[in-house]
Amino acid sequence: MALVDEHAPHAVGHADDHHELGFWEKYVFSQDHKVIGIQYAFTSLLFLFFGFTLMMFMRWQLAFPGRPLPILGKIFGQTFAPGGIMLPELYNQLGAMHGTIMVFLGIVPLAVGAFGNYLVPLQIGAPDMAFPKLNMASYWTYFIGGVLMLGSFFAPGGAASSGWTSYPPLSNLAGAGQTVWLFGMLALIISSLLGSTNFIVTIVQLRAPGLTWMRLPFFVWAQFVTSFLLLLAFPALQAAAVLQMMDRIFGTSFFLPSGLVVSGQVLEVSGGGSPLLWQHLFWFLAHPEVYVLILPAFGIIAEVIANNTRKPLWGYKSMVYSISFLGFMSFIVWAHHMFMTGMGTVMSTFFQTTTMIISIPSVVVLTALIISLWGGSIRFNTPMLFALAFLPMFAIGGLTGLPLGLAPTDIHLHDTYYVIGHFHYVVAPGTIFAMFAGIYYWFPKLTGRKMSELLGKLHFWSSFLFINGVFMPMFIQGLAGVSRRLYDGGMAYSHAQDVLHWNKVMSMSAWGLALAQLPFIINLFWSMAKGKKVGDNYWDATTLEWAATTSPPLAHGNFAEIPTVVRGPYDYSLPGAPVDFVPQHRG
Amino acid sequence: MEIPYTSETRPDTGLYNAKLGIWLFLASEVMLFGALFSSYILLRTGAPVWPHGRDLGLNVPLATLNTMILIGSSVTILLSWVSLRLHDVKKFRLYMGLTLLCSLGFLVIKYFEYMEKIHHGHLPSFNTFFAIYFTLTGLHGLHVIGGMVVNGYLWGPGLKLWHKDPQRFTNRVEVAGLYWHFVDLVWIFLFPTLYLL
Amino acid sequence: MQTTNYGLNLYLPEAASTHATQLDNLTALVHWFMLAMFVGWGLFFVYTLFRFRKGRNPVASYEGAKGHFSTYGEAGIVLVEVILLVAFAVPIWANRVNDLPAESEAVVVRVVGEQFAWNVHYPGPDGVFGRTDVKLIQTGTNPLGIDRTDSAAQDDITTINQLHLPVDRKVLIHLSSKDVIHSLYLPQMRVKQDAIPGMVIPIWFEASKVTPEENTLPGCAVGSKCWEIACAQLCGITHYRMRGFYQIHDAAGYEKWLADNAPAPAVMAAPVVPVAPATTEPAPADAPTAGAPTP
Ligand code: HEA
Ligand code: HEA
Ligand code: CUA
Ligand SMILES: [Cu+2]
Repeated sequence: MALVDEHAPHAVGHADDHHELGFWEKYVFSQDHKVIGIQYAFTSLLFLFFGFTLMMFMRWQLAFPGRPLPILGKIFGQTFAPGGIMLPELYNQLGAMHGTIMVFLGIVPLAVGAFGNYLVPLQIGAPDMAFPKLNMASYWTYFIGGVLMLGSFFAPGGAASSGWTSYPPLSNLAGAGQTVWLFGMLALIISSLLGSTNFIVTIVQLRAPGLTWMRLPFFVWAQFVTSFLLLLAFPALQAAAVLQMMDRIFGTSFFLPSGLVVSGQVLEVSGGGSPLLWQHLFWFLAHPEVYVLILPAFGIIAEVIANNTRKPLWGYKSMVYSISFLGFMSFIVWAHHMFMTGMGTVMSTFFQTTTMIISIPSVVVLTALIISLWGGSIRFNTPMLFALAFLPMFAIGGLTGLPLGLAPTDIHLHDTYYVIGHFHYVVAPGTIFAMFAGIYYWFPKLTGRKMSELLGKLHFWSSFLFINGVFMPMFIQGLAGVSRRLYDGGMAYSHAQDVLHWNKVMSMSAWGLALAQLPFIINLFWSMAKGKKVGDNYWDATTLEWAATTSPPLAHGNFAEIPTVVRGPYDYSLPGAPVDFVPQHRG
Repeated sequence: MEIPYTSETRPDTGLYNAKLGIWLFLASEVMLFGALFSSYILLRTGAPVWPHGRDLGLNVPLATLNTMILIGSSVTILLSWVSLRLHDVKKFRLYMGLTLLCSLGFLVIKYFEYMEKIHHGHLPSFNTFFAIYFTLTGLHGLHVIGGMVVNGYLWGPGLKLWHKDPQRFTNRVEVAGLYWHFVDLVWIFLFPTLYLL
Repeated sequence: MQTTNYGLNLYLPEAASTHATQLDNLTALVHWFMLAMFVGWGLFFVYTLFRFRKGRNPVASYEGAKGHFSTYGEAGIVLVEVILLVAFAVPIWANRVNDLPAESEAVVVRVVGEQFAWNVHYPGPDGVFGRTDVKLIQTGTNPLGIDRTDSAAQDDITTINQLHLPVDRKVLIHLSSKDVIHSLYLPQMRVKQDAIPGMVIPIWFEASKVTPEENTLPGCAVGSKCWEIACAQLCGITHYRMRGFYQIHDAAGYEKWLADNAPAPAVMAAPVVPVAPATTEPAPADAPTAGAPTP
């Protein structure tokens, strides 16, 4: 109930902007949405990088099964990698943690925690988030969740190893790492709930005068819908986590049916539970969750495209309605992940239909974004390159969702690398590219400096090349019937033999992709210190964040005085205007 | 710069921030208990036989008493807010105090109920019924304790704010009240589901 | 398998059941649809990038594109998706899960997954499965917990990690699991179904091809094209080699196999000898996991 005793001391404390804060208050336990945004950004980028590193180890095992990991093999110790050879136990842990970390500790905190926190108050002309203390609390609960997840690697028996989906009974029987995973998830869920509440209140209550709903930048709309998904979908996993904790700690049988026989022994539990109950609860969260991974990306792409085509978005309203509809629909498609669990015709027909329906709003948004390019005066700078690449990459990911959404075609494709390919195209060259676009685009707002175009373009082209090298072959393997989560990459199976050689290609590309991130990391830190100094509105943009005087550091409270909004978000190339952009607050 | 609408309401939405906040928080709480109730239904419909709470020795009279107590506390917390609106701090403390006593009473009774079960060896692991019984009532109990902490704070140290900013303090009491009504409501669903049906 | 469906090579495994081509054709159809969309939108995309680059179009237009072609495009997509659902997906799925063959006319088999093997249970000549009881389960000797004292159980055949079935006859499999969730995957049959503990899920199919001689035991080592049972659901440490073997016989061959493996009362309690069942050592699977029938 932190909600109740919110922000009173804060508002009092900062009523006068001269009042100076100590180091801790200012940089560590800060209540300023911009500082918290930056905290989120760095933590989540590090987690992204870590999650990627786990996968690079796995890709070695997939490319060269049973071969000792060069040099780094040692770090896993004798229990999990004797002589540097990764054991299946370890592979399963890395797989489960890669998924968990990438989704819950990497992309969501970056897309919502970092971009949302930093930009939403600025774009709606607010002095801060509605509940600054709550904001701080949600970052630190996220942090705790992250620490727990990392710590779980040191739990007896290692980290969670039942996939990021943690299907029982397997997860019930798994080692202590699974319990830590559950506590970690609880922390992350609470963090998201606090955060999403905060976002919704902020957007509803703190919009600057004149900033009507249809004048909101599309990015804000995306964050708004995202927050509702987090707020209403996460509790389902919260419930599931509580039930599984009961099972694991108090010996209940929520997910354990009667008559289980594990390795020859009848399991001593009361039984009477249902393994499918978990799947329903999990996917009720996890499907909306995947749209949480993409909606903020849509938002960023829209901002970057409008700015770099120098014209308004085409069909802004239809885009807004689409993502609202998409948000609603995402609550009733979850069982398309469960077609193979013995589903009758009624259920399968319902979920196939909703799944086909939910693909339409995405089509509308993508189409609107592409048509927005028509008639523009397109500038191909680094953020724009990432934004443009996002479109066809998301298209591949999205389109491959269709055969998965039809139950009969899902029979052959379910739990194969086709699925892995599908969703990585939407989250990696999709969302991650959008994140990069956002970082390059708003960096000048954060630091008052611009990032190097040369390194940026190098980063883009190499990443683009390698990321397709990683994920394109997955469709071939998947169609050939190669299952996911295979420790030896399928080499035991004869039906996989014809496509096995792709494993090496994919792994090489993955490591190449890692190298391709060096220009970015260098660029990021170099530009902070030495990047070319630029003005408040480097991109000649129209939305309010560019009206605020730029950091470092943006004065607390963001605006000298709250601007009054008089026009829509994207008045670029307005006929008769002296310059090719008219900010939202300029008459 | 002050954050707007912390105590005064925003004209076009007719809300102050914390009020919208609590409604959203409660929405997610509804989803949480909704998910658990759905689980209950799924498990019950899946079970060959499902025991009746009272046959398993759930104490209906005690639970009924507890229901009365919680409903009472919902009334008193409402009155405590009303008395603030009438600028009567004494009455506020009285009613908020009563609310706290009620919640305490509720927990004590629940404690005895739990002990009874445990003595009969009816632990969560005994069967699916007790599993869901302990999970739901336990989670509800945690919500009661959470509410007591907040109410206790408002009754005691939190009262300072009244003298600085009565409007915001009144808002906090209202928000705390909304939460408390929810906790009450959850129990009103739990009681028949577990004890009677 | 370099076969094509509607002119698309989808790298699919050989199709050897009556419904396989049906599914493959739908997959091909959907992929043509995806391709059309991707190319359509893609060409427009690439053209605009070229046509409206800053160098060629220094001043952007405030209105941008006019006309309703996007609406038409989207309407077209809706139409195609409706057709895919109504004309293909829903009926095909109904056929998969509803039109189960009657026990009388079909070959009925029980398959029970466990960490990390597939137990197969044939009713034998009497066509009745013997009584089973989890308390009787003994690893090695009686993995299915069959009560051999039950008269119906006398002639029951059990195997580990191998499934023998006749061609051109409807097969009905009652699928379940002892411990965790597994997924029975017969690539050439286009059959995949989760095996969930506490549930018995029926699946049916009709093989349309006999397993080619060179793809059968013995000699079905890794690398050869033998027909395998795969486990498609993460089920623990050795999920990756929960690998079985199945063979489609012609009618005569199937009868012969049944006869050869009918349990002789004398050796009834003899231990099961699975050939190289999945083990937990890390080395990549090389030996075939296909097991010999249990007497
Ligand atoms: C960001 C994440 C994200 C997004 C956006 C989507 C989008 C979609 N997903 Fe996906 N999905 C996942 C993440 C995502 N998914 C994950 C993580 C899993 C696996 C979980 C696990 O098992 O571990 C999964 C799994 C998954 C399954 C289960 C598969 C299985 O396990 O067997 C299904 C089945 O229906 C599915 C369907 C869809 C559909 C129909 C969409 C639709 O919304 C897609 C709609 C989009 C389009 C149709 C594209 C249209 C675009 C154009 C037309 C523009 C073209 C432009 C150019 C060419 C320039 N997804
Ligand atoms: C958001 C989700 C997300 C993202 C982004 C990724 C990214 C990647 N994933 Fe992952 N993946 C999953 C979610 C995700 N994955 C999930 C849910 C599963 C299923 C798990 C399961 O089976 O349960 C999975 C499974 C999975 C598999 C299948 C494993 C198996 O089934 O056995 C593979 C195999 O190649 C893979 C590979 C990759 C690769 C190469 C990337 C690359 O694209 C990674 C690229 C990353 C970057 C380019 C970011 C680098 C970071 C920086 C540059 C920041 C550095 C800056 C500072 C430190 C300041 N993933
Ligand atoms: Cu059994 Cu995977
Ligand atoms: Cu989904």
